[in-house]
Amino acid sequence: MNMIETTDLGKRYGKSWALRDCTLTVPAGHLAALVGPNGAGKSTLMNMTAGLTVPTSGTATVLEGHPAGSTAALNGVAFVAQDAPVYKNLSAGDMLHLTRNLNRHVDTAFARARLADLGIPLNKKAGKLSGGQQSQLALTLALARRPRLLILDEPLAALDPIARQDFLAAVMTAMADDGVSVLLSSHQVAELERVADFLIVLSRAQLQVAGEVDDLLAGHRLLTGPTAEADDCASRVTVVQTRRGEAQTHLLVRTSDTSAPMPPGWESHQVSLEEVVMAYLRSPGVSEPAAPTRVQRPQPTEATR
Amino acid sequence: MSVLTLPAQPGQDTAPRPVPWRRMVWVTWRQQRATLIAVPAVLAAVAVFLVIFGLKAHHDYAALVNCPINQGQQSPACAKLFSNFNSGDWPLGNICAILMQLAPVLIGAFAGAPLLARELENGTYRFAWTQGLVRERQAIAKLALLGVTLAVLAGAFGVLFSWFFQPFLWTEQMNRLTETVFDTSGIVFPAFTLVAFAIGAFLGMLFRRVIPALAATLGVYLAVRLGAWALRGQYPVTVVTSNASQFTKYGTPSHPGFPWILSTWVTGPGGQPASPSVANRILNGPGPSAGGSVPPGYTEWNRWIPLSHYWPMQFIEAGWLLVLAVALMAGTVWLIRGRAA
Repeated sequence: MNMIETTDLGKRYGKSWALRDCTLTVPAGHLAALVGPNGAGKSTLMNMTAGLTVPTSGTATVLEGHPAGSTAALNGVAFVAQDAPVYKNLSAGDMLHLTRNLNRHVDTAFARARLADLGIPLNKKAGKLSGGQQSQLALTLALARRPRLLILDEPLAALDPIARQDFLAAVMTAMADDGVSVLLSSHQVAELERVADFLIVLSRAQLQVAGEVDDLLAGHRLLTGPTAEADDCASRVTVVQTRRGEAQTHLLVRTSDTSAPMPPGWESHQVSLEEVVMAYLRSPGVSEPAAPTRVQRPQPTEATR
Repeated sequence: MSVLTLPAQPGQDTAPRPVPWRRMVWVTWRQQRATLIAVPAVLAAVAVFLVIFGLKAHHDYAALVNCPINQGQQSPACAKLFSNFNSGDWPLGNICAILMQLAPVLIGAFAGAPLLARELENGTYRFAWTQGLVRERQAIAKLALLGVTLAVLAGAFGVLFSWFFQPFLWTEQMNRLTETVFDTSGIVFPAFTLVAFAIGAFLGMLFRRVIPALAATLGVYLAVRLGAWALRGQYPVTVVTSNASQFTKYGTPSHPGFPWILSTWVTGPGGQPASPSVANRILNGPGPSAGGSVPPGYTEWNRWIPLSHYWPMQFIEAGWLLVLAVALMAGTVWLIRGRAA
């Protein structure tokens, strides 16, 4: 049961690649967070997954093997693009009717009830709604399609903190009630930590890391030790990021064995998702080799603890 | 079809389905409401004017035609009617005729260029094209619905204009085959409107910007129009006659029958082309068509199109214009399929 599968997926605009060689598998039932700096290829990946952009190379399938953009895929995938595009000259009610006419099944009763809850009048022009209300309108229309996969491109950007919480709560409710899988891109790493259980990091048009959050947290450690021995220590493990101080150096490393013995003077700490994300974002050259296989490196032999 | 080889999955719609026309009528109406109100409103306003002014022109023309002509000489009263018609009715009629030339490209460009370019400019294509109905089908439905609507409106308007322009044909020495008259009548007028709309939609999808697409539409449409004028003489409806006397050059109100002469040449006694000096003398003198005669042994030839060939010409021209419009629309759909974002 894979919600999203991409194989060597790439998109080139002119001479530059917006995304290349992206091979990725997201199982069903997750809220997958897609993070990366601006221009890393997040929107490109989402647009191709939603069937909006035609790949230059590779393939993208959704909902257990349906090509992105096919009728079956379109019927089961709802996409809220960046800035939540709505027809500004149409009323919220017209937007709902439009959605109804462009889809086979739309739960209009649900949409009306949700818009009423949100205090969005049906007769108000979408362009006259606040940014947050436009986002909520777009999310409501997407949820009313009863999708199996919901793709949200930077949905939190236009929202204030309270609206952000409400928005994420609505997404979580849909996941719990209808089993919707979600792919969500955002810069709000701290906010994602609370909701995401799958993480995808993109940087410079390349996939850096993808995996379940629990596995990623278990698979990364922060090693702290004397700077003089940093190079020696770093040569024995896969270092994602190095923060070198005068006396102490912090190495964020990839490891599967948390009980492995440490060199003298070194300590191993658990990491938070935000630390993992930030480490990858600050080291755009590092990418995970073959996704599911864990990297095994020779471990230090001397015990310290 | 990959769609048919997929395993059946409960709760999923994988079967291809026809365009839901009834729903797309609502979608097209709601999204193109400005166009669909503005175009008929402007046409209706102009139509009211054409009816009022047309009735006057027809009245003046009837008086003019009924004025007795003795020995080919107009009476002063008739001459006055004639000059009144030329100075009073024709200037306005002329303006209407010029505007009518522009009508297809104005209707087509302003309805066609923004159709997709506006969605791409505003980013709303990201909403529309990720709904359940595949975007190519949405585009086909919109292009067909708007195209047919505009063509029908233009066709009806062309009929009204043809009635309006009737009085001016004889007085301005035109007929139904005159380029500007032929363009604005029959089924060629709606065909030009449809082509302008298709050019606008195609260039809108190509440029993804409304204003450049609008400007380019005017240019491309002009090229198509001039191309049609150049091609028109090549349609297989021409007739070649020698020493023709069966047509008169200027016609009468009851027989506004001067044909469209494409070329004229003179041959000598042996069938060889006459020397330029002889040919010029014959052609510039009162030839057979003007009641004169050709020197013995020489023959004046005319390649021309009789007025009766108006409808065959209309069908030929409207036919290739329709093919062009459908090709442009197919190109538009092809661009939509492959060039999103």
